[in-house]
Amino acid sequence: MSEKKVSTPLLDELEKGRWPSFVKEIKKESQRPAIKDLLGVLERSYTEHIGHWKHGGIVGVLGYGGGVIGRYSDLQEEFPAVASFHTMRINQPAGWFYTSDVLRKLCDIWDKRGSGLFNFHGSTGDIIFLGTTTDQLEPTFADLAAAGFDLGGSGSDMRTPSCCVGPARCEWACYDTLNACYDITQSFQDELHRPAFPYKYKFKFAGCPNDCVASVARADCSVIGTWKDDIQIDQAAVQAYSKDGVDIQKHVCDLCPTDCMSWDGSKLKIENSECVKCMHCINVMTKALKPGKERGATILIGSKAPIIGGALLSSVFVPFIEMQAPYSDLKELTEAIWDLWGEHGKNRERVGEFIQRIGLGNFLEQIGLEPIPEMITHPRSNPYIFFEEELGGDKGGAE
Amino acid sequence: MMATAERTTDIGPPHYEKFLPPIIKKNYGKWAYHEILKPGVMVHVSESRDKVYTVRASTPRLVAIATIRSFADLADKYCGGHLRFTSRNNVEFLLTDESKIEPLKKELQTLGYPVGGMGNSISAIVHTQGWVHCHSAATDASGVVKSIMDELFPHFVEQKLPGKLRVAFACCLNMCGAVHCSDIAVLGVHTRAPKVNHEELPRVCEVPTTVASCPTGAIRPTTVGGKQSVEVIEEQCMYCGNCYTVCPSMQINNAKTDGISIWVGGKVSNARHEPMFSKLAVPYLPNNPPRWPEVVKAVANIVDVYAKNARKYERMGEWIERIGWPRFFKLAGIPFTKYHIDDFTHAGETYKRSAQIKH
Repeated sequence: MSEKKVSTPLLDELEKGRWPSFVKEIKKESQRPAIKDLLGVLERSYTEHIGHWKHGGIVGVLGYGGGVIGRYSDLQEEFPAVASFHTMRINQPAGWFYTSDVLRKLCDIWDKRGSGLFNFHGSTGDIIFLGTTTDQLEPTFADLAAAGFDLGGSGSDMRTPSCCVGPARCEWACYDTLNACYDITQSFQDELHRPAFPYKYKFKFAGCPNDCVASVARADCSVIGTWKDDIQIDQAAVQAYSKDGVDIQKHVCDLCPTDCMSWDGSKLKIENSECVKCMHCINVMTKALKPGKERGATILIGSKAPIIGGALLSSVFVPFIEMQAPYSDLKELTEAIWDLWGEHGKNRERVGEFIQRIGLGNFLEQIGLEPIPEMITHPRSNPYIFFEEELGGDKGGAE
Repeated sequence: MMATAERTTDIGPPHYEKFLPPIIKKNYGKWAYHEILKPGVMVHVSESRDKVYTVRASTPRLVAIATIRSFADLADKYCGGHLRFTSRNNVEFLLTDESKIEPLKKELQTLGYPVGGMGNSISAIVHTQGWVHCHSAATDASGVVKSIMDELFPHFVEQKLPGKLRVAFACCLNMCGAVHCSDIAVLGVHTRAPKVNHEELPRVCEVPTTVASCPTGAIRPTTVGGKQSVEVIEEQCMYCGNCYTVCPSMQINNAKTDGISIWVGGKVSNARHEPMFSKLAVPYLPNNPPRWPEVVKAVANIVDVYAKNARKYERMGEWIERIGWPRFFKLAGIPFTKYHIDDFTHAGETYKRSAQIKH
């Protein structure tokens, strides 16, 4: 192969500046023909203000329907080394912890099999192997399996679950997010690898209501840690914060959304029955306050980005659940949701959209959950109620 | 071909415990409190008084093998061969020896990976693939993010903002970066209806699936030159690109008219205010690589106005809710247009229906 010289004056501009440069990263691997062509395609996009990748073409590894995203350049003749440049999603270890040894193993595989470029990590949480050819997919998969790794999700399947750092390094974790994430991932391997749903279904496990993995906005099933009993207070530590200049009245009590705290200059009182577990006071005084001891999670269902019917946040299904292995309650709920949505959901309809279409009340009835006021911000204000037979008519009226 | 019987499948990810540092294993679930010691450095103290120091550095998300190997080398040198990544693409080194913090910081900075992104700062921008690897991108992702963060850099390495400020970037409405609940969301937008390739469509797409993909019912079946195809009622199209993802013959990318919008005031945390969506601040700015100066200027302006006006602990959305949207537009000097007024499914809920107005 002749030595190809790539001129990238526009991209070179992005090597300057203080923030880490993705162009520098790409160029670190530029001894590879695919990277030379990737730079060529990208410089063209910067010149023409348009992308040069095509989707389509089903590629993958034997027996799996997900985990590989087929990607082709639309400038195949000019840049043949990226004519096909597929993405592989590799299921990350829960909490994104690694040893240097395992990282080097992943590097060795990708050095041999692909572009030499990664995302650590993709938006859903997977390790992204960015760009390889069709013939390398199966060998990469075999190498990964030998190293103890497997593919993540893509398409209409359960997507790779992810979680926050949890009890590994956070005192606010109200359940073991890493264990829950690992358990659910392992329990639903078939659903992860073989797309059989109307559309994607994501799990995100956040240890507390700060929601460091944005589960309420980004997961069809958002499992957000919470507690039922009293916030743990160390009054001496509260006083120390006050002495250090924290204005406890102004910056803690006055910012409490339920106004359930008071401070008399020496003692912080919390009316815990009014607390909604927002985390603000705990965030401000990390040494003095902690979530209570009776810990678990709130399960919310249905969030998604705009495509197709508009963006949604997840909504409450179970106000409090004990999150103990083997997570039978969560699995039972999940299977009931999948059964209903799997049968009646339309193509590319997320579960949140499906719930809006058939109505939350009907959805709950179908999966066998009792409606409770914690599930809504307010009851309906419109009088267009679809009454069912048992309410009015024959069975209604006075006894 | 390898024999099918020999293939290992469905093993799932490796168990996380294999990769936890000894200090983490020992204190798993037994942490007592944490403190941010300085920008990008925090300490977690366990019930047994063990301490683990976290040093957080940014990465550009798109990283080379060489970079991961250099992180592995740093992990060997400073923390027994262990590291982790965060949900915002930062890398974290977990140390037990406090005296190693500064030397590690220096090495990271020399390699080009600045330390910061904790507390009331701007952490790394979560983002999508853009022109590097995506078919439906209305703009590049990495280039815009790099340009914005070069400008906002002081906010990553310092903690001088009133509250946390989370910036996210997505290169089209699919929002692989789920930017819709960020303090500032930068979003690539298409602004014209897709161009149907009638020659190709009958060969590569199913007409009913393509018709059904449209959330506004703007796509109808038609016949062109005796072949099955579809037509787009352009007034009904809001350029979501869902049809293009379903059918490659519905080209939505447009070099002349694709651009970038800016949204503000979203959050996912429950702290104080419940989670909120981001709302439209700037409907359209041009695609102007390699540095996107219009976008950088607009984002920096919003950060400045927030930094100057918000109260301590107030997130962008809480601040705007307190002062009201008319005042936000005035303070930020952003023109309000008809595009700011919602006209999708629940639009009516966003109209102001009271006489409570500041004059």
